[in-house]
Amino acid sequence: MIKATNVTKRYSQKLALDAIDLSIPKGSVYGLLGPNGAGKTSFIRIMNQITAPDEGQVYFGDRALQPRDIARIGYLPEERGLYKKMKVGEQVLYLARLKGLSTAEAKLRAKKWFERLEMADFWEKKVEDLSKGMAQKVQFVTTVLHEPELLIFDEPFTGFDPINTNLIKREILRLSEEGATVIFSTHRMESVEEICDHIGLINNGQVMVEGPLLDIRKRYQNGTYSFVVKEAVEHWGDGTLIQESKHHTGHSYTLKFECYPGTVVSELAAKGTLVAFEEVLPSVQDIFIEIVENGAKLVPHE
Amino acid sequence: MNNPILLIIQREFLSRVRKRTFLLVTILGPLVFAALLIVPGILASMPEEDKNVIVLDEAALIVPEKGKNEYQLEYLDPRENDLGSAKKFLVESSYDALLYIPTGENWDPDFIKNNILLFGKEDPSINMVQFLDGVVEDRLNKEKLLRNGVDPEVVAQSTTQVSIRSYTIGKDDEEDQQSATGLKMGLGYLAGVLIYFFIFLYAVMVMRGVIEEKSNRIVEVIISSVRPFQLMMGKILGIGAVGVAQFIIWVVLSGGVYFVVTNFLFPEMIATQAAAGPEGSGLNPVTGFEIYDQLRAINFPLILSGFVFYFFGGYFLYSAMFAALGSAIDQEADSQQFMMPVTVPMIIALVTAANVIQDPNGDLAFWMSMIPFTSPISMMIRLPFGIPIWEVILSGAILIVTFFAMVALASKIYRVGILMYGKKVTWKELYKWLKH
Repeated sequence: MIKATNVTKRYSQKLALDAIDLSIPKGSVYGLLGPNGAGKTSFIRIMNQITAPDEGQVYFGDRALQPRDIARIGYLPEERGLYKKMKVGEQVLYLARLKGLSTAEAKLRAKKWFERLEMADFWEKKVEDLSKGMAQKVQFVTTVLHEPELLIFDEPFTGFDPINTNLIKREILRLSEEGATVIFSTHRMESVEEICDHIGLINNGQVMVEGPLLDIRKRYQNGTYSFVVKEAVEHWGDGTLIQESKHHTGHSYTLKFECYPGTVVSELAAKGTLVAFEEVLPSVQDIFIEIVENGAKLVPHE
Repeated sequence: MNNPILLIIQREFLSRVRKRTFLLVTILGPLVFAALLIVPGILASMPEEDKNVIVLDEAALIVPEKGKNEYQLEYLDPRENDLGSAKKFLVESSYDALLYIPTGENWDPDFIKNNILLFGKEDPSINMVQFLDGVVEDRLNKEKLLRNGVDPEVVAQSTTQVSIRSYTIGKDDEEDQQSATGLKMGLGYLAGVLIYFFIFLYAVMVMRGVIEEKSNRIVEVIISSVRPFQLMMGKILGIGAVGVAQFIIWVVLSGGVYFVVTNFLFPEMIATQAAAGPEGSGLNPVTGFEIYDQLRAINFPLILSGFVFYFFGGYFLYSAMFAALGSAIDQEADSQQFMMPVTVPMIIALVTAANVIQDPNGDLAFWMSMIPFTSPISMMIRLPFGIPIWEVILSGAILIVTFFAMVALASKIYRVGILMYGKKVTWKELYKWLKH
């Protein structure tokens, strides 16, 4: 859906994007991750054609990004807001028409969305009379109303209350199921695993790692395994104990091994005490911290 | 396909015109303006309360002058009173003020003129002081004339008031036109002040709009749909349209008022004036008809179209600058330090208005009306005096060219500024954005 090659963006003193290559597959929910100031917003602004790259090229579908593509993109910026003095309905129609919808079409769709999100009575209100949560819903509707093929959410959950966060997560996933490609930028990892199927991690203007989420987590697997056994186990061979707990069905252990603990598994299985054995994949949070703190691309465990 | 600039213009226009304050300002604005012009005049001409002044005229200078309606003069006997007892008398009496005219040695008029005192229970009004000055001056003048052996009566008879009637000579077959310097001065000044006022009003509106979008944080949503240049131009044009709407309402309203006044309220007055004719008015220097005659000497279509042109030229030029400024700051409170240098040219144009009026074809006037930052005001001041058409065209062309250059510059700053938050902006910083 989006392919960036060699995209570079320089601001007066600093290099915001250093020749990055990214590819965001069609239909994916893509987590664009990175700490604050990594260059996520710079890249998002380039996709939205708010700024132009100094070098490199962005492709939308199979051709270069063009001005009229903005009608096919929905963008919820990190810094968001609405005209306070304008009525909600008018504002939604105005923003939709700027994206190229006709008034009639915009009205039809807006009414549907307002029904869905239980905000039909907002229509005639002024934005300044809405609560923060209500305004957030309006903002979300304005982002998706023109049924864009590509949705870009920059830190969508900052400032949203828990109820709206859930609502929007649900709606994002629904839009994804309906075929939209979703880019989801954040420096908070909690929701990434439940929403994203692809991630790209940027740090200091460079892509540190990119690909399907599961593949990446597998690539960063560092020999951690979990066991559930009926009886307590004292000796684990060359394994280092990370965590253990006792519960009514038995004991759980998490251990780190130098290599695949095949012998341990077969011994426990032979004793008949092994209930479950599982490879523990690192969380996105772990990978994120590891990469950012080490400041360089890690060579993943093979 | 919706044209985004048109959509933006429409929003900017409607969101302002539909406000109640727009209607209020549009209707009350001219009333307030008229009141500002008329009320001080009315106040000044209102009769004051009667004041009784007691006079201790040791020099026997103005005795027995009675004063006039509001100022009654009465006299204390100088043989029985001195300044001290007269002051005591004033405090105890119901008189409002005490005028003390001393006599020097040898009754020297210059000594007297320098030592006249006025004591009031309250601050004496300026009108009263002027009146008393007049009375004293008149007496002293006559006294001096007499001492030099001149009969004041002769002087009074030989004082002559001259009123030259001037004409601008018509070229070829045109009629000579009565020149109307006073009227032109007034008109020029009025047009200059109005255009300053309008440009400032609407350009600041543009700046406010930009700051509003920035501090509301809606700007990034908008510019993900339209280009920053389109947003800026849409805003400038939309607010310009508000100005046009306001202007049209004012023209229609004042036309309506004029129609009502001339047809229903004072129809006989107009009729008398028309009947009097040019010869009838010959004896009286300025009658209504004369003003009518003078009005004919002024090229109103030129002035009106000049007004519209220079309003737009000046407004576009300044609003582009103000839009760039607005984009550079987060809070309206920060705007002051940047607005000052930008508005200085307009203020200079206003301050030099008097010089331009005095010599509308002089060097200062010429250059001020060529420099695009001052020309909207200075040229409007000159326009009623009739100036060579090539100057108007040149000045207009310079204004248009500068406007386009300014929009190009402003949009560069704007583009960077609207996405920049929490940064204290300096002029140096703005210059850097230009080169981005």
